[in-house]
Amino acid sequence: MAEIRNYTVNFGPQHPAAHGVLRLILEMDGETVVRADPHIGLLHRATEKLAESKPFNQSIGYMDRLDYVSMMCNEHAYVLAIEKLMGIKPPKRAQYIRVMFAEITRILNHLMWLGAHGLDIGAMTVFLYAFRERESLMDAYEAVSGARMHATYFRPGGVYRDLPDSMPQYKVSRFSNQKKVDELNANRQGSLLDFLWNFSEAFPERVDEYETLLTDNRIWKQRTVGVGVVSPDRALQLGFSGPMLRGSGIEWDLRKKQPYEVYPELDFDIPVGLKGDCYDRYLVRIEEMRQSNRIIRQCIEWLRDNPGSVMLDNHKVTPPSREAMKNDMEALIHHFKLFTEGYCVPQGEVYQAVEHPKGEFGIYLVSDGANKPYRLKIRAPGFAHLSAMNEMVKGHMLADVVAIIGTQDIVFGEIDR
Amino acid sequence: MAKDSVKSRHQSLSELISQLGKVFGDQLIATHGEFSEVTIEVGKDDLFTICQQLRDNDYFAFEQLIDLTVVDYLHFGQDEWATDEASGSGFSRGRRDISQTKPKWKRERFAVVYHLLSIAYNRRLRVKCFIDENRPQLPSVINIWNGVDWFEREAFDLFGILFVGHPDLRRLLTDYGFVGHPFRKDFPLIGNVEMRFDAKQNRCVYEPVSIQPRVLVPKVIRAEQDETVYVADPATLKQAQQDPAKNTQRDKGADNG
Repeated sequence: MAEIRNYTVNFGPQHPAAHGVLRLILEMDGETVVRADPHIGLLHRATEKLAESKPFNQSIGYMDRLDYVSMMCNEHAYVLAIEKLMGIKPPKRAQYIRVMFAEITRILNHLMWLGAHGLDIGAMTVFLYAFRERESLMDAYEAVSGARMHATYFRPGGVYRDLPDSMPQYKVSRFSNQKKVDELNANRQGSLLDFLWNFSEAFPERVDEYETLLTDNRIWKQRTVGVGVVSPDRALQLGFSGPMLRGSGIEWDLRKKQPYEVYPELDFDIPVGLKGDCYDRYLVRIEEMRQSNRIIRQCIEWLRDNPGSVMLDNHKVTPPSREAMKNDMEALIHHFKLFTEGYCVPQGEVYQAVEHPKGEFGIYLVSDGANKPYRLKIRAPGFAHLSAMNEMVKGHMLADVVAIIGTQDIVFGEIDR
Repeated sequence: MAKDSVKSRHQSLSELISQLGKVFGDQLIATHGEFSEVTIEVGKDDLFTICQQLRDNDYFAFEQLIDLTVVDYLHFGQDEWATDEASGSGFSRGRRDISQTKPKWKRERFAVVYHLLSIAYNRRLRVKCFIDENRPQLPSVINIWNGVDWFEREAFDLFGILFVGHPDLRRLLTDYGFVGHPFRKDFPLIGNVEMRFDAKQNRCVYEPVSIQPRVLVPKVIRAEQDETVYVADPATLKQAQQDPAKNTQRDKGADNG
């Protein structure tokens, strides 16, 4: 009989199920994985080193590009860290806007995850459904910042500008006639808040639609139940956070446990899994979308009733208004200094974590009193999750590797940084 | 282990600081409590035993290692553009190269920073360990927190810190065959080599970089600085840190949790 030996399979870096540029070296025994060695760094852009060479505000845009499916949550941690170091607090309205957009971002991220995860393990339709809703939310991004993805909307001291009173309209083109355009514009007649309110009314039903496709689907369950089980102890040992930790049954959510911004004033629940397999993590994320929708609705109600400033009036940190700049010498000086040199942040070091859609996203910021960060370390949740890949896939079949990559919600922008 | 979510975070922080002092005593080189975050500094020889206790001692119960990173203090406190004195001719136009200015940092060059989280007590702790440039070696804590694996590999890759006892200390983020440790402050931002595909040789070739380094905004330090952070001797540091007058100024941001 011929000697049977393990052989190695190279998976990626250009593979549709690798969620970007993951290269996995899999040591196989037949169709069972014996060892997985992920090779990362193909998207390494040295964001942390670049940030050291730029004034604080110029790196906000880099934050968007870390986890490029949950843009504003990355910005959130960064601006909170700067604010903590400087000892400033943005106006309440700005905090509500930030929280609302952080939750919009969470839904955006989970929809992207749901679509991609479904597609990976054979459910095509849910991808199309998820992208339908993403479109509306990206329109909200666009209305507020001008960019559909990389918004650069949060600033130390608030948000860049207030929510718009009107939504951009579709126009007649050779692809859509007047009737079609009227249909598309029907829910865009009011302000951004009205638009989001309409969205939040309809969204729970949309989530029901995804669930009818997947939750009781026999094939979906065969692919996810009992796959990639992580016990609570191991989840803690391996540095898991976010839905990966909650899926294993540990009730831990920074929005509740170490609240920041206005989360203590909002009413929402933390879903927790039981078994710690891919199916539980799926359920946790689905429920998180519903909870985020609840938070968005509470924020909309508050924001409707409480107009006001969205940026601190401290012009050592935030730019003065355009109008003031044209008429007031001091405002002009502030503007000039802010955009040529930036602001100096007092000496010290802080660590600020937020509950990012993928887990705990932290910014460790060391300042030596200069206008640039001395050291910026980004603690990406996906980095810790992917490092546990070997342990999670060991003993599974080759096809389950794809399910496990999917359940970890891997995005290479944040892992490689 | 009781959950003390009712207890205010400030109270629990001061409790943590006093408990740390009680358990570890002289092993702690310094303890800080700025911005509602507790930082302890430990020596490299004590690091492993202290970490072991931080996880296993019921009072600390830091089950999770959230992050491990390195700070290279080589250029700490140095600026590129003098702003403190304006002569009759105005500020100097040119930017000084930061490596030409006089270093201010007098302690060991690298600090390895561990961020710990206790889920049972809902607390965080930062452990710092300073190590020398000549022997950048530390014991690996991979047997205490298994998840530290890639964090240590990253620190080795980007800063060249060696973690003794790590089973698989390979480069992680940089290219296969990369030379140098790119996040050290003396590694140029533009890098040392650039790569292109050479059609004649039909392979990728590496060449020295052809671009020029360029600084758009010079580094400026304007705020009043706390000079005690630069001292070399741990004993002086301890004294400076016990002096309450020095600490109040830096405690300003503490309420901004």
